[in-house]
Amino acid sequence: MNADSPWLLIFILMSSLVPGVIIFFLGERSRRLRTTLNLTGAGLKLVLVGVLLDGVRRGEVYELRAALLPGVELVLAADALSLLFAALSAVLWFVTTIYAIGYLEGAPNRSRFFGFFSLCVSATVGIAFSGNLITFLIFYEILTLATWPLVVHRGTAQSLRAGRIYLTYTLAGGALLLAAIVWLSVLAGSREFLPGGYLTGLEHAYEPQLKLIFALLVAGFGVKAALVPLHSWLPRAMVAPAPVSALLHAVAVVKAGAFGIVRVVNDVYGSSLVLDLGLDLPLMALAVTTIIYGSVRALFSDDIKRRLAFSTVSQVSYIVLGVALAGPLGAVGGLVHLVHQGLMKITLFFCAGNFAETLGIHKVKGMKGVGRRMPLTMACFTIGALGMIGMPPLAGFVSKWYLGLGALQMEHVWVLGALVVSSLLNALYFLPPMINGWFGRREEPWPASHLDHTRFETHWMLLGPTLFAAACALGAGVLAGMALSPLDWVSFIVERDYAPEAGT
Amino acid sequence: MNSLIGADWAAWSVIAPLAGAVLAALWPRSGPLLGMVVSVFAVLVSAGAALGVWHDGPARAGLGGWEVPLGIALHLDGLSALMLLMTAVVGFAVSVYALAYIRPGSGRDKFWPLWLWLWASMNGLYLSGDAFNLYVALELLGLAAVAMVALAGGAAALTAAMRYLLVSLLGSLAYLMGVALLYASHGVLDLALLGQVMGDEPATRLAAALMTAGLLMKTALFPLHVWLAPAHGSAPAPVSAVLSALVVKASFYLILRLWLDVFPQPEGSAFALLMGALGAAALLWGSLLALRAQRLKRVVAYSTVAQLGYLLLAFPLMLAVPAAWHAVVFFALAHACAKAAVFMAAGSLQRSAGHDRLAGLGGVMRREPMTLFALGIAGASLVGLPLTGGFIAKWLLVEAAIQGQAWGWALLVLVGGLLSGAYVFRVLGHGFIRDLAVTQHHPVPALMSWSVLALALVSVALGFAGAPALELLTRHGGEGS
Repeated sequence: MNADSPWLLIFILMSSLVPGVIIFFLGERSRRLRTTLNLTGAGLKLVLVGVLLDGVRRGEVYELRAALLPGVELVLAADALSLLFAALSAVLWFVTTIYAIGYLEGAPNRSRFFGFFSLCVSATVGIAFSGNLITFLIFYEILTLATWPLVVHRGTAQSLRAGRIYLTYTLAGGALLLAAIVWLSVLAGSREFLPGGYLTGLEHAYEPQLKLIFALLVAGFGVKAALVPLHSWLPRAMVAPAPVSALLHAVAVVKAGAFGIVRVVNDVYGSSLVLDLGLDLPLMALAVTTIIYGSVRALFSDDIKRRLAFSTVSQVSYIVLGVALAGPLGAVGGLVHLVHQGLMKITLFFCAGNFAETLGIHKVKGMKGVGRRMPLTMACFTIGALGMIGMPPLAGFVSKWYLGLGALQMEHVWVLGALVVSSLLNALYFLPPMINGWFGRREEPWPASHLDHTRFETHWMLLGPTLFAAACALGAGVLAGMALSPLDWVSFIVERDYAPEAGT
Repeated sequence: MNSLIGADWAAWSVIAPLAGAVLAALWPRSGPLLGMVVSVFAVLVSAGAALGVWHDGPARAGLGGWEVPLGIALHLDGLSALMLLMTAVVGFAVSVYALAYIRPGSGRDKFWPLWLWLWASMNGLYLSGDAFNLYVALELLGLAAVAMVALAGGAAALTAAMRYLLVSLLGSLAYLMGVALLYASHGVLDLALLGQVMGDEPATRLAAALMTAGLLMKTALFPLHVWLAPAHGSAPAPVSAVLSALVVKASFYLILRLWLDVFPQPEGSAFALLMGALGAAALLWGSLLALRAQRLKRVVAYSTVAQLGYLLLAFPLMLAVPAAWHAVVFFALAHACAKAAVFMAAGSLQRSAGHDRLAGLGGVMRREPMTLFALGIAGASLVGLPLTGGFIAKWLLVEAAIQGQAWGWALLVLVGGLLSGAYVFRVLGHGFIRDLAVTQHHPVPALMSWSVLALALVSVALGFAGAPALELLTRHGGEGS
């Protein structure tokens, strides 16, 4: 253990928090300073997470504690799982920041926007590094606070309404979580996350309580993970600016919920206890319902962002499904989808934002012929969409492959059926925009764009991040076998989680 | 004699503001200066008193060397030290705020003497160990508070002040009758002695009922709350902050003190459940009123009615978990800091916009990001969102409820948090409405915005003060440690 180890975690949190707070108090006009602060913070975080990644691989321990109450500690710690989430956030934050700077050029209230944007990422990274449930809850609630101003950012009646609904759902979810976490700490003490769980042994005395607490925890995290029937805030939150939707859907909010469920199943209850208590089937059923329901709703949404939102509802539940299978292969599928879905979905949202900002396209029907006008963006959209459908060798295929294997391993053949149905539905709702884009023909000329003065098909700050995200999504699938690919890292995590049972 | 050090410190926290009040009344111009000197001094001596209790445990001292039953007994333990500290910190921030808010001519000559007098009587209340002295402190406190409500001038403020005066006098009267009954049947007034000799006879029960009812009235607990919103809503902002954050806590402190140390535990749970039910009703009804109010300061005032409901949960929770009152006291601390900050922020916005109608405040909120920011974080503490004092308080309350398997109370705490979330974010939402026409905007003086921000940050820092505060509360009961 290194003496200066804990500071690295603090620096990673501060690298977005400090610029965020400074930006709040900057005037609207100091654009250059704001941009510098944003990019410095984002870049610094990326580098620091890289250093941390290296340290954790070398087996160093990073940990930080502060007492909140007698017996209750705030614990920040970096394990392999937290790095997965932290690295994803750091990379996507960097590209989204660039995207947002381009997207919001000339818009009002940018200082406020970027201030909360940075707070939001700090909270996400805090969630990643949370070492116990109470720390998780703290950052989870801060995330709620930091995203609400982004949802209502436009200040229209519609966005204020969306904000109200968002808060109602998330604060209620937070209250459930608080109840569950306090209850657990009364039963078992406020303990740290432990691979394989720390509740084993309590099930004899407290079986009904543990089941109820599990239900409360899943409901509390399920609000943000948009599990049916707690999902309806998500499509409404689409009124937010595109970079917010991208971040909300790909990394911060939705993933925080899914990540919470992963932590609960793997590191609080432990998969064997989940199996013993018979909690795997209900959770699986919930996930499968959400997957199918989200896909069906996406099929009937004509608005591009709305279709993507329902697709998120559906796709995030793959993660939940993976951990609910409670077997090593399923866990690999679920965890790797945490990264893959993030990369693919952020690509798709960037594309949707590009279409809307450059050509004013909001509907699937309006995409006819856009492939000629914006070929690069359309190509990125295609990579994201095909990946979501699960076309080999793209990222989505890798996730689904492992989920399928996991289902077989745990002898839940019906889950395979659900995966097939959902892939078919994915194809049904992603193929029309692709066909429209590449093969459709537009009769009237494209409207003039306020971004017309750029050399590329759209502003480079919009195009660059889109291309980068698409490349990542592509690489995560094609190069899945390489060292340090998401799949490789996830296998490392799962080996650690399931190591005690490896012999059986 | 070593154990008297803490109590000596504490005595100064009464003497200093009292002297300040007298001097400020004699030389009105020196009011602001005296206020600052007293504030700094109060923070120091309160910290000294708290340290003394921390190291040496509770202490008793006769003022001027006269011991009970002849002299005035001071009694300092963890609970009173925490209340002193709370008063000092909030009082300091309010005083700095008032430097800029209370302008020369608009009642400044009266504000400083009254405020310091109020401060002295609150501290006196926390330190008295004698039922009659407590009455005196309570009465002085009530009179100062009423006079401060009337400071705003105008018909509305005077009506509110008159109503407040009536309630306050009625409350004190009920309390005094209880004290008289106790004295008649036991012949002592010292709280510690009373606690030892008191049995469960009818006279005692009647006295307990009278004193509790009188104090509940002064604390504005449901259904005796109707006077609070007009009084707190129409007073000048620093006064509202003090009333909502500190004054109502003083009478609640006395209820808690009496039931912890003096009155015998009632048989059965009927009394505790009644108190809990009143608390629940306050929480729900106050939140609904806050949700419907159209003026910012009214929202904040009704929020006080609601949040005072949490305090009463101490009684039902203590049935199962005897230490549950610690959670409630911590809640009172967190609420004091957050509520004072919210009221001060509301005052800044009102000063800046010239009114406090919610519908027209959005533009000013956007022009005053620092005040809005302070309002936001103090509001988060009221809701009980992390990392604030409010969050720790909510955690402790829920924990006590779950430990005692009192599921209903746990649910109530959570629902109360959600309701407060609803009214806090309803207010904050106005800052985000698009294209606001700003009709009028006077910049908020720097002293005001900084003091609000500082106090809001204190309410966040309280999130890390849970362990020491709880530790201090265990220094309870008799002399020595």
